[in-house]
Amino acid sequence: MKLRNTPSDYGLVARAFHWVTALAVFGLFGLGLWMTSLTYYDSWYRLGPWWHKGIGITLFVLIVARLVWRRFSPPPAPIESHKPYERIAAHLVHGLLYLLLFAVMLSGYLISTADGRPIPYFDLFEIAALPWAIKDQEDIAGTILLWLASSLVGVAILHALAAIKHHFVDRDRTLSRMLGRSQNH
Amino acid sequence: MRNTFAPAFIAAALFAATPVLAEEYVIDTSGAHASINFQIKHLGYSWLTGRFNTFSGEFSYDEKAPEAAKVSVTIDTTSLDSNHAERDKHVRSADFLDVAKYPEAKFVSTAYKPHGDGTATLEGEFTLHGVTKPMTIAVSEIGAGADPWGGYRRGFTGTTSFALADYGIDYNLGPASREVQLTLNVEGVRK
Repeated sequence: MKLRNTPSDYGLVARAFHWVTALAVFGLFGLGLWMTSLTYYDSWYRLGPWWHKGIGITLFVLIVARLVWRRFSPPPAPIESHKPYERIAAHLVHGLLYLLLFAVMLSGYLISTADGRPIPYFDLFEIAALPWAIKDQEDIAGTILLWLASSLVGVAILHALAAIKHHFVDRDRTLSRMLGRSQNH
Repeated sequence: MRNTFAPAFIAAALFAATPVLAEEYVIDTSGAHASINFQIKHLGYSWLTGRFNTFSGEFSYDEKAPEAAKVSVTIDTTSLDSNHAERDKHVRSADFLDVAKYPEAKFVSTAYKPHGDGTATLEGEFTLHGVTKPMTIAVSEIGAGADPWGGYRRGFTGTTSFALADYGIDYNLGPASREVQLTLNVEGVRK
């Protein structure tokens, strides 16, 4: 099993990045909605945000590492049967997903640091706040976070539906490639 | 001469026509010599304090007839500040003040009852979270007099408390945290 991508297949590292990101995005979205609905006396009232922030910061580092890896080991070429518009659409959606990921993580950071407090990364260290903040930053960032995160999940679902369509309707290797199935399967 | 005499005469006539003119004051929010503070118990173990940073108000007060005093204060509920962004965001949300829907709270007095010892009882209607209810505020008259810059100032402190549930705020903070105490420090500059 190859770590690096080849001209026709994804390596183990790229696939791991992909699926861990997917798991984290959907997990953080669910956790975020759930934890903000908890009552004050719920044992997860404080624990939920603690995990949400820790996992979120981990995801940020992961995405940066993923983009660095992408430079080091470029993705395989598009599948031959993909039409030009499909290739463009796929590129745009991938770009949008990265953009939304960073925007979502930034808006989350701006909520918790709106009063100048750092964000604890689990109980290990703290991420400092910016030296300035705008008025009602926590409310504005909170509204933006909910919209962007919903958009991110929406685009990710669209991305998944496209892959499923390629797998079952077009019967090409779009999904199999990301699952790590070799060409002769 | 006639041009300047006529307005002066009219003004003098108007003053003469209103023998008891209550002194009108603007609450000095621009110089922040006024504050609206709240405190609520945290779990029953300590006091959590916060304030509303933005509000405006006026009062009238006549030393010869203090019972005629009137006050009205409008609070910008979005300006809630408890020195913790995540908590402020939560308190401003629909779980508590729902400031998107109710951006204003208001107190309008209906009666002022001086006790003759520098304290008084202020009665009025308090509107919060879209609910208007009668509220009674215990008032201390702190002082009044000329300020060093040519103005005239008068100040009070008021304290009161109310149950959050009375104003339709039913988020459960625990049995010790049902009541909020308000402390209002007000300094007015005479108009």
